[in-house]
Amino acid sequence: MTPSVEDLLRDLAPQVLGALVRRYGGFDTCEDAAQEALLAAALQWPEEGLPDNPRGWLITVASRRRTELWRTDTARRRREENLAVQAPPAPEPLPAVDDTLALFLLCCHPALTGVSQVALTLRAVGGLGTGEIARAFLVPESTVGQRISRAKQRIRASGAEFRMPPPEELPERVATVLRVLYLIFTEGHTASSGTALNRVDLTTEAIRLTRQLHTRLPDDGEVTGLLALMLLTDARRPARTLPNGALVPLAEQDRSRWDAPAITEGKELITTALATARIGPYQLQAAIAAVHAEAATSEDTDWYQILGLYTLLDSIAPGPMVSLNRVVAHAMVHGPHAALGQLAEAERDPALAGHHRVHAVRAHLLDQAGERDAAREAYLLAARTTLSLPEQRYLEARARAVADSGTDRPSTGGQD
Amino acid sequence: MKYLILIHSNPKSRAVWETLTDEQRHAFGKGHMELSAALAESGELVVSEGLVDPSLAKWVSVRDDRTLTSDGPFAEAKEHLAGFYLVECESYERAVEIAARAPDALYGAVEVRPVLDMSTWDL
Repeated sequence: MTPSVEDLLRDLAPQVLGALVRRYGGFDTCEDAAQEALLAAALQWPEEGLPDNPRGWLITVASRRRTELWRTDTARRRREENLAVQAPPAPEPLPAVDDTLALFLLCCHPALTGVSQVALTLRAVGGLGTGEIARAFLVPESTVGQRISRAKQRIRASGAEFRMPPPEELPERVATVLRVLYLIFTEGHTASSGTALNRVDLTTEAIRLTRQLHTRLPDDGEVTGLLALMLLTDARRPARTLPNGALVPLAEQDRSRWDAPAITEGKELITTALATARIGPYQLQAAIAAVHAEAATSEDTDWYQILGLYTLLDSIAPGPMVSLNRVVAHAMVHGPHAALGQLAEAERDPALAGHHRVHAVRAHLLDQAGERDAAREAYLLAARTTLSLPEQRYLEARARAVADSGTDRPSTGGQD
Repeated sequence: MKYLILIHSNPKSRAVWETLTDEQRHAFGKGHMELSAALAESGELVVSEGLVDPSLAKWVSVRDDRTLTSDGPFAEAKEHLAGFYLVECESYERAVEIAARAPDALYGAVEVRPVLDMSTWDL
């Protein structure tokens, strides 16, 4: 398939499904029908060329398929006999209502588990096939199929509907969508994603979907903030791994390899959001990423500003990782000894006690303070307890470097 | 997050197995089948398998580009892996909850290990 047909289909996917649900109701059957229409188009269009009205073509084929699915439902057969047999509708019978936002909200309904929200969003809004989602997450196709069908059952059982929630519920519902998109992004933000053939690029997909949401909610500062955060983070991708897959921490990355257009776009987005919208955690994280992006070298990083942003983030959305990152920023401004005291303070949070990131940060601070033996121990402890393989390799390498040389300066903590 | 739930066989668990009645053994096997079915249904199961006796294991090594195999296990191996569930679920707590439903947890202990994650670096 040429990329353009694929892109077109993926963009049309939520519109086709939205039109179908609007016309017939019954999200689960419509979703299956829309998937089959997309599949048919993916096979036919590259061979036969695009139809005059691709959206109308998909809606017609999906409607026909939905009618077939509906007919085979024996429980409904009798009722159907009493009704006129539904003829497939003419192409483009519906106003071009954009249902993408309602679809996002339904797929990320609070009644669903996180993994189900992710799978359903990628399929129903993203237009990905079950097989593609399975390959992206390295799980069997049957697992993804089960997650999607369970999600649809739950939607039906919970009485969730395909319509916009009342305005007072909207911020909370949008926040769930953002969390799902962020989950997709972090899953894709892996060292291995570039090399695994046939793996859908989840990072790119998350950005595409967040961009779609941003088009629908241009004034929502947190949607804008998340899009900016993704763009600014993903911009570092070319520099964050070596060809052998080893990780390069932020401070040691070759910044000339960062994706400049993505940084420009991310910075423009976050600047607008901060000036016009109510502030929120994604915006602050994006602002921090923007400060990093603005520094021509690691030494030029404006750590005062980053510390200020983390302090603000800590006050509106406190969390263990925020405290920890704030300690790192504190070290850059006030030195490692002061930060070690703050780290001991932060470690009283049960969520951080014994956490591998605490060990890693302590190792870096001890390293900066020149306490090589203690630093080496902490690096090794962090390496043993991390759940990330590339991080483990990096920490082990740091432990060796500390042991081998007293002059090798450490990075600033690896993460921003 | 993915978690591997490991079911070990050791002298203690084998001794317990010897004391079980046929009915209990049947319930044991059925418990595993039901757990697999429930996890498949919830979309949390990645794969689950039981393993044959370790006397059928082969140990593989490559030396000078030649693949060498030898039979196992080594005589001193008292504990071996008997089966596993690879699950993907919301939290460590949920993985523990699943492990608690493995019939082996009733008689011995089942191990839960998070799978190394490549996704949380540099965010």
